[in-house]
Amino acid sequence: MRTFGSPEFFFIFYALRWTLTLTAIAFVGGGLVGIALAVMRISSSKALRVATSAYMQFVQGLPLLILMFICYYAPSLFGFEVSAIAAAAVALTINSSAFLGAIWESALRAIPKAQWESADALALHPFKVLRFVIAPQAIRLAMPSTVGFLVQIIKQTSIASIIGFVEITRAGQLVSNATFDPLKSFLAVAAFYFAVCFPLTQLSLWLESRAAKRGAHA
Amino acid sequence: MDYTFQFGLLLNYLPQFISGFWLTMLLAFVGIFGGIALGIGCAVASTLPGWLPRFLVRCYVEAMRNTPLLVQIFVIFFGLPNIGVRMSPLASVFIALVLNNGGYIAEIVRGGIQSTHRSQVEAAESLGMTYLQTLRFVILPPALEKVFTPIVSQCVLLMLSTSLVSAIGVEDLTGAAMIASSETFRTMEVYLMIAAVYVLMNFVFRAILNLAGLLIFRRSRRNIFRGI
Repeated sequence: MRTFGSPEFFFIFYALRWTLTLTAIAFVGGGLVGIALAVMRISSSKALRVATSAYMQFVQGLPLLILMFICYYAPSLFGFEVSAIAAAAVALTINSSAFLGAIWESALRAIPKAQWESADALALHPFKVLRFVIAPQAIRLAMPSTVGFLVQIIKQTSIASIIGFVEITRAGQLVSNATFDPLKSFLAVAAFYFAVCFPLTQLSLWLESRAAKRGAHA
Repeated sequence: MDYTFQFGLLLNYLPQFISGFWLTMLLAFVGIFGGIALGIGCAVASTLPGWLPRFLVRCYVEAMRNTPLLVQIFVIFFGLPNIGVRMSPLASVFIALVLNNGGYIAEIVRGGIQSTHRSQVEAAESLGMTYLQTLRFVILPPALEKVFTPIVSQCVLLMLSTSLVSAIGVEDLTGAAMIASSETFRTMEVYLMIAAVYVLMNFVFRAILNLAGLLIFRRSRRNIFRGI
């Protein structure tokens, strides 16, 4: 029987890159879709607003585990198999897009109407208004919550272990099965998550306090 | 796509789905109210004089907020027996859900308490109120009212994450779905149905919690009626 030693520790450590890969895919993919959703939410077309709102409400009301199962099994209806990482990446992207979309929508809405109107009065193209006037201010507003949600994504990648993708939670299970030492294995996994998430949580808090101070000065 | 959806087969599993649904409700209920009680307790403890209570609460909150719920469940269910604490899957997930939600609620409520102005506490003190009276009548009511919306969002998220308990074999709604899908091979039907149930529950929970907020916080209710 193996005991929990440094090879086991490094096995979990190496699996960390898969957790981070999955996080990166979900954050970038979810971010791109999220931007589109946020912009559609403030568009002048009512149909577009209702449709995006329905999508966001639906996804936010769906447990990620169920979404992952659907993404894992649905492609086989069309006759092809997907790998666990592809299913997990798609599910996490869909999930993050809805939450990031909501965060950025509220940031866009928080920009005073006068900013839109004065940019409009300068005869800027609507795209340029968004790009050069609204976005720079909205990004600053949305930074703390965005970093906070990044932490959320990192933690949610653990759910991919249930459909069998070997990231650090699954690696912890494998080590636990091999060493019969679940306490050490899962505490090691928890420690890795903590080491990645804690600095980001602090960054989010710092960004928030900085934004609050700046707001007080203005 | 040459796949015929057959939802009829799932009717045989209706009793399992119903008992799973009630277990999910129970898990959410215990997680939400246990977590709120624990969270408020911790937030209050962190305002006590001296650095020790604040430090301990800080450690607990950061541990809960920076590790995934799934890993917390695994540590409690698989890990604790190593040091002689053996619990049923159900007991483990109850503890994990309450501890997890408590950490988030504590952080939210702490924010609410901090935004109460110092002069209000001093005014209560000069009226001769005891610490508990100040807490009960001066600090907590506006603090909780201010953070009620984030608390509702957090509790709805917790309700959705109760689905993770199926990972250690607890037969909640998701657990019942896993069993039904592996026995009937009607995977898509099962998960699409379950998805619809969760989305519906999400709206119902949100509505009930917001309604509870209106009943508890009379001040904001007045404002709403004035608005109408």
